[in-house]
Amino acid sequence: MDQLILQLLNGLDKGAAYALIALGLTLVFGTLGIVNFAHGALFMIGAFCAVVFSRLLQLETVTIDPARLTPWGSPMEVRTPLVQAWLGDFGAVLVQWSVPLSILFAIPVMLIVGVAMERGLIRYFYKRAHADQILVTFGLAIVLQEIVKANFGANPIPVTAPAALAGSVDVGGWLGLSGVFYPWWRLVYLGFALAVMGLVIAFLRFTTYGMVVRAGMEDRQTVGFLGIDIEKRFTVVFGIAAVVAGIAGAMYTPIVSPNYHIGMDFLVLSFVVVVVGGMGSVSGAVFAGFLLGILQSFASMNEVKNILPGIDQVIIYLVAVVVLLVMPRGLMGRKGVMEN
Amino acid sequence: MLIKKINRRVFLQSSGIVGAGLAMPMILSSAARAQGFCNNPTGSKVVFGFNCPQTGAYAEEGKDQLKAYELAVKHINGEGDGGMLNTFKGTALKGNGILGKKVAYVTGDTQTKSDAARASATRMIERDGAIMISGGSSSGVAVAVQSLCQDMGIIFMSGLTHSNDTTGKDKKKNGFRHFFNAHMSGVAIAPVLGEAYGKERRAYHLTADYTWGWTQEESIKAATEALGWQTVQTVRTPVGAADFSQYITPVLNSGADVLILNHYGNDMVNSLRQAIQFGLRDKQVNGKNFEIVVPLFSELMAQGAGDAIKGIYGTANWDWKLENAGTKAFTKSFGEAYGTPPSQAAQTGYVQALLYADACERAGTFNPEGVVKALEDFEFDGLGNGPTLYRGSDHQCFKPVLVVQGKEKPKDKYDLLQVVKEVPTKTVTYDPSIFGGELGPVGTKC
Repeated sequence: MDQLILQLLNGLDKGAAYALIALGLTLVFGTLGIVNFAHGALFMIGAFCAVVFSRLLQLETVTIDPARLTPWGSPMEVRTPLVQAWLGDFGAVLVQWSVPLSILFAIPVMLIVGVAMERGLIRYFYKRAHADQILVTFGLAIVLQEIVKANFGANPIPVTAPAALAGSVDVGGWLGLSGVFYPWWRLVYLGFALAVMGLVIAFLRFTTYGMVVRAGMEDRQTVGFLGIDIEKRFTVVFGIAAVVAGIAGAMYTPIVSPNYHIGMDFLVLSFVVVVVGGMGSVSGAVFAGFLLGILQSFASMNEVKNILPGIDQVIIYLVAVVVLLVMPRGLMGRKGVMEN
Repeated sequence: MLIKKINRRVFLQSSGIVGAGLAMPMILSSAARAQGFCNNPTGSKVVFGFNCPQTGAYAEEGKDQLKAYELAVKHINGEGDGGMLNTFKGTALKGNGILGKKVAYVTGDTQTKSDAARASATRMIERDGAIMISGGSSSGVAVAVQSLCQDMGIIFMSGLTHSNDTTGKDKKKNGFRHFFNAHMSGVAIAPVLGEAYGKERRAYHLTADYTWGWTQEESIKAATEALGWQTVQTVRTPVGAADFSQYITPVLNSGADVLILNHYGNDMVNSLRQAIQFGLRDKQVNGKNFEIVVPLFSELMAQGAGDAIKGIYGTANWDWKLENAGTKAFTKSFGEAYGTPPSQAAQTGYVQALLYADACERAGTFNPEGVVKALEDFEFDGLGNGPTLYRGSDHQCFKPVLVVQGKEKPKDKYDLLQVVKEVPTKTVTYDPSIFGGELGPVGTKC
């Protein structure tokens, strides 16, 4: 029972990351018709927003102490943290909470990156074949990766959760069991992901802006006839998708140490999630993200692997094949999307 | 339509082009035969090929290794402060290149993938005329490139490769390894683990699912079981899985009180950090503190893992803080050139380049036949690891193995590991027949 609860939580957590990336992919595909292979790079840039923000908070003054030498004989650098020097204990708290606070930094950065990406490059490929879109966005992803690698190196960079959320909590106690411990930060991530997904879906469903976007997704031409600049709204949607991917990446850094390749690691799985959920279906992407995350976790249990060795590594693709054979549009795919 | 357009002239031209294309490999290989051995350098320079991961999971190690190779070439050519050439006892190198030829080098990106590594090595051998290939921060890559070099008549001086297979079942006459291996790690670390954690332990293994992981698991399992530990479970994990949570949670209630992470690079960084997030090190199982062991450590991995590394035991091939003349000379050269201390990946690459150059100089030829003879059973000292033997029967280097532990209070980001024991060469030496394989004949032909 303990194992089932833990693997369910693992699956939900993993699924939350898949769903957040897939949500953005679906939004971009549904509105702009673009198959955006650079979407994983947005997740990666978001993760590095957390790294940069954390480093900004830990800026130090560097002085050279000629009295102390490095092992190779040059004078040693002496570093003094600035924020703590200026703000005392409050400065130390800011440094501790740098990951959640980095969301405030990541939102404007990702909005700018998203809009710049769409206006500067992707809009020129709206009317081109999907193969062209894939090539240009994949190329863009590689360029962004290399920029990050050139500046931050290829090694993963450790980012820590706030000390208050760094340990584990007995989730079993909440369910009348005991001794089922799960990391606090992963629970925070799950809650955060659900909140973001809820906000995006609510924005699309319950705001006039969202209604126009949804109308544009159904029939762009008719919305244009009504005098609405749908292109501008779609650009904003692209920006929102970038923000969702970015803050998902920023909050994921205490779970997986970010490196330049982190986006690519999630991208392929997220595309599978989009296809299984149904092209163009936001709720399908969310549902499929969680479903595949949970299945992947359960398939990794030793009891399952003893019967089907290696199943943990292929389960997602196996499910995708079965779903597409039985339901070619995916679980919640919309009629007419990518069918012409 | 097309057939009508082909006249006699077009037919003859096409036949000529196709014929020349088909004959090209034979022309090239007969040219190589005429040289006596592949890429015999005839000009004033000799080309080394450095095949390192510049992208992929081990890119940071590859970058560091590449810096060390650049430094080695400088020192062989008599530039810079000479580094470990000044401490290399009995070397024939004079600091003027090799056999009067200056050393140049080309580089390739293995991408930490066997096929990409073979492609870049082939390019360096065929296009750039590389006489020797060195590099690789993955055993899968090393084994693949070693086999290619054997077939192409080139010497392969492997970089960071720790699988038993490299100088075991997959060993080749043209391949040489300075780095230690998984078996040595197991033999070296087991007594330290026994002393630190006791002899009644139950271990759970998470293992990277490729050649290095398999042999690492086999070796550490054998060594700890010989100590009296029980193995609860061994679980293979996909290489490059960012999130290991689904593999870590079964450990929690497995009855194990030690988790052995047979992971390297990013996988190790992520799995170790996640194991600690799941509270494994805060647990008490079977009345004992739960412990984590990482059999193969590197400083670069330790930097990635951050605080998670504190107190964790592992093994290393070399450490820049060792107190010997070779280490000090290399650390000084590297630190002055690049502003950081060298990693063990850098040291093994640097040493391999020097050893190859020295072997050519002693043999008086670049012919692999002579170089292999010069390296086999060669004993040397002053390259940072103490007295070392390049065993002729499997081309594996034998030298002391370091057992290291993550420091509780590091002075800076380069001071993360402390050497807790130097296990003598005699203890880690083994019978080469236990891993099988045949060296075969020396490959010399392209």
